[in-house]
Amino acid sequence: MSEFRFAVNVTPKPGILDPQGRAVEGSLGHLGIQGVSAVRVGRRIELTVSAVDAGAARETVDRLATELLSNPLIEAFDVERLDGRP
Amino acid sequence: MTRIGVVVFPGSNCDRDTLAGVELAGGVAVALWHEQADLDGVAGVILPGGFAYGDYLRAGVIARFSPIMRAVSAFASDGGLVLGICNGFQVAAEAHLVPGALLRNRGLRFLGRDVRIAASRSDTPFTSLVEAGRPMRMPIAHGEGCYFADKAELDALEREGQVLFRYVSADGRPAAEGDREANPNGSLRAIAGVLNARGNVAGLMPHPERASEAILGSDDGLPILRSFVGAAARAEQGGWPPVVGAAAAVPVGVAS
Repeated sequence: MSEFRFAVNVTPKPGILDPQGRAVEGSLGHLGIQGVSAVRVGRRIELTVSAVDAGAARETVDRLATELLSNPLIEAFDVERLDGRP
Repeated sequence: MTRIGVVVFPGSNCDRDTLAGVELAGGVAVALWHEQADLDGVAGVILPGGFAYGDYLRAGVIARFSPIMRAVSAFASDGGLVLGICNGFQVAAEAHLVPGALLRNRGLRFLGRDVRIAASRSDTPFTSLVEAGRPMRMPIAHGEGCYFADKAELDALEREGQVLFRYVSADGRPAAEGDREANPNGSLRAIAGVLNARGNVAGLMPHPERASEAILGSDDGLPILRSFVGAAARAEQGGWPPVVGAAAAVPVGVAS
């Protein structure tokens, strides 16, 4: 068994109303920042998986991301490897 | 006497009100702890409001994986009657017991205030004693109550009679999506409660149990609880048709 480190980034799907993103965007004017748009607020979950190989680890992460970390109805996710290995 | 289970998750905070509401509605209320793997033989289950498991990650999602929810899902797929109120609706949605999802309120703020809702039909286990279309006043108390489903799903829900409750204005008309007075969380098509396809599971954001006796300011919620207890009693006797979903739907106003 080896350990593999991942990050799962969960964001609201395109077209899903994101009131948090809109609130952040609305506050930018107060900072005097211009030219920023389409702000979307999501969450990032980092985790370590013990598995026989990277493929098996990735399968576990995908399952976790689909069934728990994201709600596929309203959110999309992508998975990143954090340990710099292929 | 019909026993109705009220699930207690760590973080539930409407369980006692719901237990009391069930008793007011003529049922025998039974608290079911989240670590239980069985339902103690109850005839119906209510998932109460609160912040189950702290609402971490997403409201309702951690609760979905608790031992009791495995039993509740099995009960529901056998045709058992389940009502999710507020956080219980979020739990039911995350567990795919009812369609759709509850998003952060459009105004971002937690909302605790009275709203008016109306039932779209009276031929369900949740509304048999409720007059369809009549505005009922009861409180909401939630941060994530903005009902969402994609357009195709919303169309299907409307077509199949699964939009059980809508936010309405004082005169009983469905609230516009942008009407923050009548539809304060901005729910799509002003949906306050939905029914699953089979018609035995419902989710509802407002709190009927907090409007179950006059001293609370409204008892408009009591007929919903009474309907549920009555339906559970009939289900126990084998008398309530287990399927009251799409196929059985009669448009409101057409029924004799």
